[in-house]
Amino acid sequence: MFFARFLGVTAGTTHLHSCKLSKTLYAMNMSRSFAHIIVATVVTILLIVACFQVPGDWNWSGVWEYRQKFISGWLMTLGLSLAALVLSVAIGLIVALFLAARNPLVEATGRIYVELIRGTPLLVQLLLGFYVVANAVGLENRFVVGTLVLAAFSGAYMAEIFRGGLNAIPKTQRDSARAIGLTRWQSFRLVVLPQAVRLVLPAIAGQLVSLIKDSSLLSVIAISELTLNAQEVNSFTYSTLESYVPLAIGYLMLTLPLSATARWLEASFRYER
Amino acid sequence: MRLTIKDLTQTFGTTRVLDKLSLETGSVHALVLVGPSGGGKSTLLRILAGLDTPTCGTVTFDDTVLQPNEASLRLYRRSVGTVFQSYNLFPHLSARENLILPLVHVHGLSREEALSRVEEPLKRFHLYEHASKRPAELSGGQNQRIAILRAMIVKPKRLFLDEPTSALDPEMTAEVLDMIESLKESGTDFVLVTHAMNFARRVADEIAFIGDGRALAHGPANLVFENPENPRVATFFEQVLR
Repeated sequence: MFFARFLGVTAGTTHLHSCKLSKTLYAMNMSRSFAHIIVATVVTILLIVACFQVPGDWNWSGVWEYRQKFISGWLMTLGLSLAALVLSVAIGLIVALFLAARNPLVEATGRIYVELIRGTPLLVQLLLGFYVVANAVGLENRFVVGTLVLAAFSGAYMAEIFRGGLNAIPKTQRDSARAIGLTRWQSFRLVVLPQAVRLVLPAIAGQLVSLIKDSSLLSVIAISELTLNAQEVNSFTYSTLESYVPLAIGYLMLTLPLSATARWLEASFRYER
Repeated sequence: MRLTIKDLTQTFGTTRVLDKLSLETGSVHALVLVGPSGGGKSTLLRILAGLDTPTCGTVTFDDTVLQPNEASLRLYRRSVGTVFQSYNLFPHLSARENLILPLVHVHGLSREEALSRVEEPLKRFHLYEHASKRPAELSGGQNQRIAILRAMIVKPKRLFLDEPTSALDPEMTAEVLDMIESLKESGTDFVLVTHAMNFARRVADEIAFIGDGRALAHGPANLVFENPENPRVATFFEQVLR
């Protein structure tokens, strides 16, 4: 009965009007966030059940000893991701402007940047960036190099997303902006960009979530972020699952709030009926 | 205003939209451009409004020649107002924000000054209760009246209106035409492109018939409508005024 209330189904309808019931179930008047909680709980329970099917004993105590490593790794991942996130949005915007430039040399520069970055694996870019490029310019701080490579990588994808969004704003809007006497820069800042941001928000949020997960590759240049630390704990304790379950949870703790923020922003930027 | 156009030509690729168009008006407050679709009316209006530069030819308003470079055209555009067929309000801003944007960002008013300047016109044109809505929440007629207000609010030297009622149903057309007529009474000069012939006739000091990239007929409204010398013009009026 308690549950039926929640689902918006009253006892009366369950009994008497089976047609009405099926209709009610399609358009249940429960809130979206409550639905999210239900499904998330079911999935969690299924995962826990699956974990208990794994043969052998669980050994959490070994991993618990190294909890400090998870915390420091998580904080490192958080810091690197935040820095790369801000930087990659800036790179994406600038490269998108390059791609839209009227000067063919500027356009070509943007295009080649995007194709080079998108056409090669992040792993290769990290190794080349750290051992070749950073060495050549005398940059030794691996955190700075890692963040820069990650931002440059994500920025190339962002650039294409922004370019699509900017192209989607009709020419009549720019006409209108020129007609009231705005400069090209004002027209971009006040008219085109705010409309484009709303269009690209979902895609940008997806790209940022990817960026957070891609930061796990920074382990190859020996940055002690979450993944590298979890691997270390695994090699100390020989408890593979016990090391990797917290790893997955650690990433979700970063990506889920980001997705939620993106959805909230999307709703507040909405200006059409 | 006194408008003089000399040998104005506009080509897009291989199509010649304006073909050595010349026109010289007397001192008029309302000039109306009529003619068939694709005849070059809107292209001409965009050049007059400083949005496009012609392939060749000159445009002179009173004693000022339009210079075909972006910097001086931008200054020119700040001194005039333009209204488009599809209103072109900024959809992410409320009606009121649409109105104050040019005042704040182009004409250097403070936000408070701009807000107080738009109050009275919003009330006069019965748009006050809609001022906080965004364009998607307003009717076509309300949007177009906001668009006309946005062009007027900066006190332009003259107004250019490109088929301002072509996207509207008859009722909304009437409310927009009433507004344009009240502009004329308040002494604003304008150049209007329209297919609303009866309105053109009522409001125009002079009418120019633009077809095949030229001014095929030009003069006081009654003269052009009633005794068109050019057979092309005569056929057009026979069909649209039937």
